[in-house]
Amino acid sequence: MRYRSQTYGSIAFIERNFALVRRYIGWEAVFVSYNVVNALAIGLIGARMGKDMIVYLVVGAMVWGFLSILFHEISESIAWERWEGTIEYTFMAPISRFIHLIGNCLWAVVYGVIRSSLILAIVVLFFGISIKGANLPGLFVILIVSGLSFVGLGLVAAVLPLLSTEKGAYATHILEAALLLVSGVYYEIEVLPVWIRPLSYVSPATYTLRAMRAALLDGAGFDELMPIILLLLVTGLLLVPLGMLIFSKAEYYAKKKGKLKRSG
Amino acid sequence: MEAVKCDGLIKNFGKDGRKVSAINRVSFSVSRNEVFGIVGPNGSGKSTLIRILSTLLIPDAGSASVFGHDVVREYGKVRRVINRVSVDAAFFKGISAWENLRYAARLYGMAKGDAKIRSLEILAKLGFAEKRMYEPLEDLSRGMQQKVAIARAFFTAPMLLLLDEPTTGLDPRSKLDVQDYIREAMQREKDDLTIILTTHDMNEAEALCDRVAIIIDGRFVALGSPSELLAEYNKSALEEVFLDVTGREWKEIEDEV
Repeated sequence: MRYRSQTYGSIAFIERNFALVRRYIGWEAVFVSYNVVNALAIGLIGARMGKDMIVYLVVGAMVWGFLSILFHEISESIAWERWEGTIEYTFMAPISRFIHLIGNCLWAVVYGVIRSSLILAIVVLFFGISIKGANLPGLFVILIVSGLSFVGLGLVAAVLPLLSTEKGAYATHILEAALLLVSGVYYEIEVLPVWIRPLSYVSPATYTLRAMRAALLDGAGFDELMPIILLLLVTGLLLVPLGMLIFSKAEYYAKKKGKLKRSG
Repeated sequence: MEAVKCDGLIKNFGKDGRKVSAINRVSFSVSRNEVFGIVGPNGSGKSTLIRILSTLLIPDAGSASVFGHDVVREYGKVRRVINRVSVDAAFFKGISAWENLRYAARLYGMAKGDAKIRSLEILAKLGFAEKRMYEPLEDLSRGMQQKVAIARAFFTAPMLLLLDEPTTGLDPRSKLDVQDYIREAMQREKDDLTIILTTHDMNEAEALCDRVAIIIDGRFVALGSPSELLAEYNKSALEEVFLDVTGREWKEIEDEV
């Protein structure tokens, strides 16, 4: 019974989020259209500098799109539950917090992959980008291992709306924006002021983008990509449990201070 | 074994730099199969007590247990045997009643088919038409949403049901439907169900509860069966008992709601 309960528990979040996406399908269409136009507009900035520059920029837009979906979906799932007031029901249900959060993370990965693939297909067709010579299996592996790190960061960010619905949502967006600035999404991190660069070195997105561009533009093989893959894997394996730990501490604090109720 | 046992419970909150006592040394126990009522004005500590028993709030001092399991240390075991209805029917309002119920069913390890049969059964008894199960909850009236909340709590077959003002704000028809369902469930599931019911409705407390506690400023000021309380205070209605122990008219409390 307990095993069955936990298995159904992880499905609950995927099924619920899918129902919410379907309900607000109009907004989904708006967001996807905006992301497509955004990726195209960014790619067009590099149009006069050659195909490689277009690919460089489009990779930035795509990777950032995927990673921010992961980050956002996980933290947003907690924020949404706070707004609706359902968080108390989810928290008093007989499923472990691990299953609860993993269910949300699984949804974020599936949703992120589907949405990013759709945008990628449109962008590739629009620019007539050739991916011959690119290391596609390498791209996939990088996407998955970097996803782990962003899941971990998403879990840490989810603490903010857990403790304060409105202020937490502000802080989550600020954190996301800071990652966009320091991670070299549309430029090399060397152009950043020296004092900001240490933040670039600790952002997993910096390494994800570097590896994705090497795999796509230079066709870098697994032997070349392996150090970054390992680095991202280790970072992810550290960040996910760290995110879980921080979340469980924040949950204890919220339960101590009475912050889970709708108005809290 | 008692269904619920609270011993010296204390819960304070900080508000604007000052300490507010929400629960002040509350001790009581609830027997298995009992319907235990808690009545009191807004802000008297009813919901705080329910949240502690729901494992959603950690008390500052004292202890609370559900079927022998401590609500803080053994919260996982407690969660397996409880469910709750709160005054505000909290749902994902954009999706349908069925999608919300299916979500709850998954969290409690129920198979989708069983959940549907059980929820349809409960909702039918509450006078809720099946076709409305598939409409977004935001399109349903407050009374209908609350009926879905009642179904969500009952269909997991909890051993302890925490009903936090389940009929507040409902129209008279919906209120009667809910009260009838609670009464029927207690008869049907006599061996398995214990209820703690908080309410603003003295008649409801008198009609449904085996024992009633009156709570003011986080303290129980009276406790007993309705007939015991009436006899002890030599009154003919619980509202008069309330006036006697609190110095306040029950009408004032109802007007606050």
